[in-house]
Amino acid sequence: MLEVSPRKKVYDVCIIGSGAGGGTAAKVLTEGGLSVVMLEAGPRLHPEKDFKEHVWPYQLAHRGADIGGKMRGQIGDEFMAPNGYWEIEGEPYTNAPGSNFQWFRSRIEGGRTNHWGRIALRFGEGDFRARSLDGMGDDWPITYEEIAPYYDKVESFIGVFGSKENVPNSPDGIFMPPPKPRCTETIVKKACDKLHITCIPSRMAILTKPLNGRPACHWCAQCGRGCMTASNFSSSQVMIPPAFATGRMTMIANAMAREIVLGKNGKVEAVSYIDKKTRNEDRVYARAVVVAASACESARLLLNSRTKGFENGLANSSGAVGRYLTDSVGSSLSGHFPQLEHVPAHNHDGAGGMHMYMPWWLFGKKNDFLRGYHIEFGGGKHMPGVSNFDGVCAEHEGYGVALKQKCRSTYGTSIGFAGRGEMIPNENSYCELDPKVVDRWGVPVLRFHWQWGENELKMARHMQQTFREIIEAAGGTVTGGTRHSETGDIAEGGSIIHELGTIRMGNDPRKSVLNANCQAHDVKNLFVADAAPFVTNPDKNPTLTIMALAWRTSENLLDLAKKGEL
Amino acid sequence: MSEDLLSRRKVLKGLSMGLAADVVLRSIPLEAAAYAHEVIDTEKSTQATGYLPKFFTGNQWNLLKALCEAILPADADCGGAVVAGAPEFIDLLTSENPEWQRKLGGGLLWLDGICKDRFDNSFTDCTAAQQKEILDLIAFRKNAEIDPILVPGVAFFALLRNLTADGFFTSKIGIAYLGYQGNEFLLEFPGCPPVPGL
Repeated sequence: MLEVSPRKKVYDVCIIGSGAGGGTAAKVLTEGGLSVVMLEAGPRLHPEKDFKEHVWPYQLAHRGADIGGKMRGQIGDEFMAPNGYWEIEGEPYTNAPGSNFQWFRSRIEGGRTNHWGRIALRFGEGDFRARSLDGMGDDWPITYEEIAPYYDKVESFIGVFGSKENVPNSPDGIFMPPPKPRCTETIVKKACDKLHITCIPSRMAILTKPLNGRPACHWCAQCGRGCMTASNFSSSQVMIPPAFATGRMTMIANAMAREIVLGKNGKVEAVSYIDKKTRNEDRVYARAVVVAASACESARLLLNSRTKGFENGLANSSGAVGRYLTDSVGSSLSGHFPQLEHVPAHNHDGAGGMHMYMPWWLFGKKNDFLRGYHIEFGGGKHMPGVSNFDGVCAEHEGYGVALKQKCRSTYGTSIGFAGRGEMIPNENSYCELDPKVVDRWGVPVLRFHWQWGENELKMARHMQQTFREIIEAAGGTVTGGTRHSETGDIAEGGSIIHELGTIRMGNDPRKSVLNANCQAHDVKNLFVADAAPFVTNPDKNPTLTIMALAWRTSENLLDLAKKGEL
Repeated sequence: MSEDLLSRRKVLKGLSMGLAADVVLRSIPLEAAAYAHEVIDTEKSTQATGYLPKFFTGNQWNLLKALCEAILPADADCGGAVVAGAPEFIDLLTSENPEWQRKLGGGLLWLDGICKDRFDNSFTDCTAAQQKEILDLIAFRKNAEIDPILVPGVAFFALLRNLTADGFFTSKIGIAYLGYQGNEFLLEFPGCPPVPGL
């Protein structure tokens, strides 16, 4: 049994993870008057030192390709904000035979919000009652109307640009003015108009006006590198600092949570963690625990918190922890657009990412698959980088002045399209503890099982067909398709980095882990505040909803604290 | 210079630490960020210019430079791959990458070998016409289909071509040659300029 020193510090809340969910919870809880200790598995972030915004490739010896060229052609090169990767040394995960799930993890203050795409889309009214609409999956225990006020709060606080459009099931939000379209977007918009595909200003967590002391975007297109002026949203620069400003926030960095400790009274009372610097195990005490380590990492922590009464993992009497794992359906195709060769040289950078996008334009229509997808696209003359000319070199071949000129004439003439669609949970896609493997901290690792359903494969085929139609309608020619030779049109599971659903909410404790307030059915002072509670994974990137839900969960937690019910 | 940099760095450090301590939002104002980038720029531009090859030494270093320059040569518009620092970039990465050591190091030896077989000289000692003859063979995939002996040479040249393009088009002159405009602080983004037919 736990030996408790009479002088031990007990915080009101321990938050595990500092990303979109953990950061939001820290801000709301500390501003609500509670003391918070946050465990972060990576180091603190120092933007002024860690970010490479505005650095030219020739200012780095490796030109962005990193040691031995290992980041060449990868998402996230040397310029990216500190962000982790698909593999973390000493912290493996495994796949069951026949599965190839990809898991992107960040071990740094702010987590994946330091480099994320800043795409900030509200889920729609229909997304919360998907089963009622088409009979598949499940409904959420909350409605759009219940979460909408929290979308308002998040957007007002973080700053999101966009436009009021009234697109069915893609709700408008509280928006700053959107930026002007680039030439690539002008071309695609015209083609979409011809094809009756909705193409509207994108919705991104990037400031086009100053907000709370953060200056507006200065249009360098380098959001992924991290923004020195905090003109885009990251948890580390926008959520964590106000939490510290309350004087009630403590962060323990390099702390790998190992186990949530259950007290004799059936409530959690502490979190055990490995101090990565000393390799010692330590423990923090709190009256409530908010798990926000990212969907799969949070599931892993619950599964590893095995105790009497919870032999299959903490709060897991339903057996649902790790189940219902989904990622977005991803597919991509790019085209060459000769008209871009004749555009006079100009600054094409803009914000980091797309200024326009295509929300799902066939909602409520009869299609040969359920649910829908949105389309992201981008191209044109961005800052040249390593591997950018592999395509033209392979196509043109040869050498000499002719090759040099060909590289110049084709530079910036390509536009890539990427679909992001909804996956319906299936019983063959889940994560569990690998019984044989532990990581360098001695913690059992996750083993993934993955299988796309027929609906997802049909959707990916539809994406490919649509991309082709748009490229051709815009006067382009198709150049490169999805690079996923193993899986055909559809990207590998996990590779879109929208994995979620592993600790889901629900009204039925036999089929869900959390109630409608993201509070564990089994353990009343245990909450989850990342994307693990999501019941569906609609065609909208999850981050904005992570924050809205975490905000709501935190306000409910504050209420309970005020009533003395923790 | 270094003293000047040091004091500026101190200013910057003080500025950012003050911000972290006092301000709710951990961000640097626009002017300070611009200043920070200027400091980084100055620092980078004062780095030593003399380069000692780490992997490709002696003849291999000269051969690498000759091939880089052949792939993306100087022309009327600007300098070529050597001025752009492509060989240094390739050497650095190769020194850290065993696979490329085999492919590129082996590829250079293969090239000298075939030149000795056919012209009784290493590549750099061949006449310009002989060099062109052999490059015209290994620069195209279809030649390897006709003559399988060329397969390793074609694969080697394709990798070297990609890396030379990396080195050239990420250099100052390469970026200027492409006409990229950006990486700036703008107060407003003007969008697509009027282009007929777009």
